[in-house]
Amino acid sequence: MAEITLDGIRHAYGPVRGPDDYALKTLDHVWTDGGAFALLGPSGCGKTTLLNIISGLITPTEGRILFDGKDVTLLPPEARNIAQVFQFPVVYDTMTVAENLAFPLKNRGVKKADVRARVATILEMLDLAALADRKAASLTADLKQKISLGRGMVRENVAAILFDEPLTVIDPHLKWQLRSQLKRLHREFGHTMVYVTHDQTEALTFADTVVVMVEGEVVQVGTPEELFERPRHTFVGYFIGSPGMNVFPVRLDGATAHLDGETIDLPAAASAPPSARTELGIRPEFVTLGETGIPFTITRVDDVGRERIVHGEIAGRPASAIVPEEGEVPAMPRATFRPDRINLYADDWRIEFSS
Amino acid sequence: MLELLEVEKRSGGAVHLADISLRLLPGTLNVLLGPTLSGKTSLMRIMAGLDRPSSGRILADDMDVTGVPVQQRDVAMVYQQFINYPAMTVFENIASPMRIARKPKAEIEGTVERVADLLKLTPYLRRMPLQLSGGQQQRTALARALAKNARLVLLDEPLANLDYKLREELRAELPKIFAASGAIFVYATAEPEEALLLGGNTATLSQGRVTQFGPTVDVYRRPNTLITARIFADPPLNVMAVEKRGAAFAPVEGGGRQIPVPPAYEGLADGPYHIAIRPHHVTLATTDGAASLPATVIVTEITGSESFVHLKTLGENWVLLAHGIHDLPPGRPVEIHLPLRHIMVFDADGASVDVGAVRKAA
Amino acid sequence: MTKTENNRAWFLVLPVLILVAMNAIIPLMTVVNYSVQETFGDNLFFWSGTSNYVAVLTSERFIHALLRQFAFTGIILLIEIPLGVAIALAMPRSGVWSSVCLVLMALPLLIPWNVVGAMWNIFALPDIGLLGWGLNSLGFNYNYTNQPVSAWFTIVLMDVWHWTSLVVLLAFAGLRSIDEAYYRAAKIDGASRWAVFRYIQLPKMRQVLIIAVLLRFIDSFMIYTEPFVLTGGGPGNATTLLSIDLVKAALGEFNLGIAAAMSIIYFLMTLLVCWLFYTLMTQRDARENAS
Repeated sequence: MAEITLDGIRHAYGPVRGPDDYALKTLDHVWTDGGAFALLGPSGCGKTTLLNIISGLITPTEGRILFDGKDVTLLPPEARNIAQVFQFPVVYDTMTVAENLAFPLKNRGVKKADVRARVATILEMLDLAALADRKAASLTADLKQKISLGRGMVRENVAAILFDEPLTVIDPHLKWQLRSQLKRLHREFGHTMVYVTHDQTEALTFADTVVVMVEGEVVQVGTPEELFERPRHTFVGYFIGSPGMNVFPVRLDGATAHLDGETIDLPAAASAPPSARTELGIRPEFVTLGETGIPFTITRVDDVGRERIVHGEIAGRPASAIVPEEGEVPAMPRATFRPDRINLYADDWRIEFSS
Repeated sequence: MLELLEVEKRSGGAVHLADISLRLLPGTLNVLLGPTLSGKTSLMRIMAGLDRPSSGRILADDMDVTGVPVQQRDVAMVYQQFINYPAMTVFENIASPMRIARKPKAEIEGTVERVADLLKLTPYLRRMPLQLSGGQQQRTALARALAKNARLVLLDEPLANLDYKLREELRAELPKIFAASGAIFVYATAEPEEALLLGGNTATLSQGRVTQFGPTVDVYRRPNTLITARIFADPPLNVMAVEKRGAAFAPVEGGGRQIPVPPAYEGLADGPYHIAIRPHHVTLATTDGAASLPATVIVTEITGSESFVHLKTLGENWVLLAHGIHDLPPGRPVEIHLPLRHIMVFDADGASVDVGAVRKAA
Repeated sequence: MTKTENNRAWFLVLPVLILVAMNAIIPLMTVVNYSVQETFGDNLFFWSGTSNYVAVLTSERFIHALLRQFAFTGIILLIEIPLGVAIALAMPRSGVWSSVCLVLMALPLLIPWNVVGAMWNIFALPDIGLLGWGLNSLGFNYNYTNQPVSAWFTIVLMDVWHWTSLVVLLAFAGLRSIDEAYYRAAKIDGASRWAVFRYIQLPKMRQVLIIAVLLRFIDSFMIYTEPFVLTGGGPGNATTLLSIDLVKAALGEFNLGIAAAMSIIYFLMTLLVCWLFYTLMTQRDARENAS
């Protein structure tokens, strides 16, 4: 278990002619020992590049990476003492479950009795004891992923466990089981874990700290709560939440925002640079449909069981609202925004209210 | 219309599909919902004519097409992998089925334009598929299937390989796209949420059998069996084995706790049952007309807007979904509440208890 | 319903059955017919029952040819399979060099068999052939035309040169199917080069290696053209493998009955070995997957 420090990391796959050639833009960050972190972003955002830099498969073009203060930038994966769970389950087909778990220890010359004891512990931890002598090849995808995870955890001093979209090939029901088990293991054993995914639910439920990336750049680092309630960038607002945050162009005037002739009361005054493009962001969860407020034109209602997602338009811009399972959807509604959940943006970056 | 009559598929000793009878009408969207290996792909292959059923018949517009191969079937398919012709532009990819059918040039151009517009591909028509993002590649594959104008369009987990947000986007567009066509759409997915968002009809599959088929929301709200209810639940359904004695259900591992029989089920005979409740109906705060159970927190997952609390209650693993942030530490004892009107009751064999029949008997 | 379906299915495989009959079954039957009769020419045949089989199975000549055959097959399998796997492992897995290697590897397979024999015939000549001359200059007493050891050395070397490529290509195809994640995982697990081979590469190559062994076994049992051109089965009978012995009996000595009985025995042996091999391997697979 280790603290991971990223010190001015930058990476380009080809020759660098300008700042746009970096697949991963400058990154300074410290991941505390024993934390659960998620790298979240769409494909091509650089999250896999970053993971490969941590695991040692890629040496960054610039910057250093430190494990507990020790520079490991130039060390290969096998010298870094990390573990990784891949997108598709990787198990050694010809070995039994127990042999799979023993493999990393045997390779490192651990004594037989110690191997046996440690493997028994891990089998117990992962609820795999009953399958210890089964051939790994015959198991289902979720069990194979557990074995890959176990092969990482079996080494007591492992610096970090990396997950590269590990639930991609798992059925929805089993995803719930695996996810909560992973969370429990993290709580109990306190490994430093880094989880890469494009799936917000996985990232938010797993991590204490989520790093949201887009186009090689980190746009926000925060707790799930912060990402949901105070997205720093409109992209985070869009990317987190389902559907994403509603964003409307507004004109700011003290504690009021003007949206296409309508006025919206803000919790406090706010100001933006005069030339900036100003926008108001409100999550569908905090839009209430009723008889007062701004006219909302409904285009479609999706009943997803536990709630209904109402899609429509406000002032000609796409908007959505969430109505609880047994709530009413008025035919010609007007929308109100919960004031303390309103966020303001200037050129896509969040601005604070002056309180 | 596509009709399957008692279709069965065996190979070797294994039964892949059993006793499947379905009627799919033109202009409808039909979701096949089930976990991996439940038979979704096998069933689609038979509908397409890629495989022949071991027994049973398939009728297309009342004509027996059981042995007719896929080339003569008027079928279009979209797969999980983005399958396009890599050496053709997006335009040519979309036009390819019409070129094969030797359609006139003007018609081809018109159709490609219309379909590309529908799938937001117009700016990319001159590009090569591999220069596009995964989402656009899959849009191209979808566009080609639509351009074929086939009577049956089969989509086998078409969004499974896409990023979460792209999935969300396409899911929102698909119902409109389907509605614009008169074809029969069959859409396989493992995700209950996807089925709900797509709407239409849903057939739930389990171990090669269709457990229920009907309008999607009906199947979700009134599952006929415990199996269907479990398939159509995400987060997973909370289930508990109980014994009905008089006016209350006593959990089998109950330790004296009792759950009043919901009003709708009054008059139910005494005996063993299963009760089930969806995670978002279980609450931490007391509400009127709710039974309560003791539970211990296993772990809590917080998404920022919601909390998934994994619990152990009377020997069962349950999930509770609550709005807002409830950071409950593992091991914390809590009291959970089950609003009676949201409790579903299944008999010992897992069949849904018919509320109407219970009323009549009472 | 089920019955009519089955009948129609049989009808569909009829063309294949006819072809197989023309190609394999009818000639085989002719040979069976010869093997139970005796002839002295003039198309006169006499029923002789199993006497030909008894004669063949008890003849020292046949036993020796058979032993030579097994020795040859054993030796070339022992060399070609490990060598082929080793070369496949050493080849670059992707990029331009990978394609170049593949083309180079395929070259020996494209040369007609009798040309291979003729090439090696000249290449190995002790006086003017590069190989023969070279070995003699290095102080070896090498002459494949009159020394059994030299002759064996030459035909084994020739077969290895000709056919190892096949094993390489098959093994390479097996290697290519391994996802990069396996190698990464192995690195992280601290696996040695040998462990990567033993637990990742070999298991993934096993299916194709079974095919490779089968193909090489059958082919080496049938080998005729190359040794015939190179040594003609000599010196003496040193390199008279089964098929050469067979042709000697049939055409050289016109012992049709004996030759036919030999063919049948020969055929049954190949079939038996292949069957044994195949069932053993597939059963092992089934057992592993079920366990």
